[in-house]
Amino acid sequence: MNTQPGIQAALANVTSAGPVLLAILPEATRFSLRINSGNLAAASKALGLSLPTTIGTRAASGTRSALCHGPDEWEILASEDDRADIEAAFAAIYLKAPHSLTDISDREITIVIEGDKAVELLSVGCPINLDRLAVGNGKRTVFDSAQVVIYRDARDSFRMQVWRSFLAHVWGLLNIANCELAAGY
Amino acid sequence: MLLIHCPYCDETLPEPEFAYAGEAHIDRPADPQQLSDEEWRDFLFIRTNAKGPHYERWRHINGCARFFNAVRDTVSDKFLTTYKAGEARPDLAKLLEGQK
Repeated sequence: MNTQPGIQAALANVTSAGPVLLAILPEATRFSLRINSGNLAAASKALGLSLPTTIGTRAASGTRSALCHGPDEWEILASEDDRADIEAAFAAIYLKAPHSLTDISDREITIVIEGDKAVELLSVGCPINLDRLAVGNGKRTVFDSAQVVIYRDARDSFRMQVWRSFLAHVWGLLNIANCELAAGY
Repeated sequence: MLLIHCPYCDETLPEPEFAYAGEAHIDRPADPQQLSDEEWRDFLFIRTNAKGPHYERWRHINGCARFFNAVRDTVSDKFLTTYKAGEARPDLAKLLEGQK
């Protein structure tokens, strides 16, 4: 269970029963990596997986994964135990391959959205065509004007990362929409 | 909803992911000290205010976060093309030909 106070407040105010499962995941390790694409080989070696170069695609290996956000930007997800290892591995290559590796674990909260109607629920606030988001990939986009990152883990299973200050708004809207789906709108 | 093609993501995506960023191809003077007040004013504030095809910058702020350039018709709001930042101005006559 998450113990951060902002999340407790958001959860306490709004709960709903609907066709889509909504839950908040515990905090995970999250890094933002900015590096020149010419130095990708060194970064891939330090991370232990080959960084994808197509925007929106994701590579995973063991507990680590990397999502390509832009031509020189990646988001790395890892387990809590990997944090120190990743930081040390990247510090070791810094002189040869200059980069910025920023710990952004605390910046976003992850919401799980799962169920047959998950795409329909997300379409309440998300303007992109989620049918075109391939399973395993992810994308940075907007959800009712709040910037989010959406990962598609399975056809009907999504994870959405929301900046923590937008959580109450996004969580509230998802729950209202879930109630509406339950009521048959 | 207005759909915009991002040259970096190579996808056509809805407008809420993008932000307008003013006219494109405006170079900052190499040595502002040498400019008269009028020239500096023109650089800062005077824009073409085109009616019709307009070269402008956009930013895919809620996506790859990159700035890129576009040619948009300010009357019809139709995008003629988008291209990466740093690339040369596309030939307008050819673009208009392509629209016919």
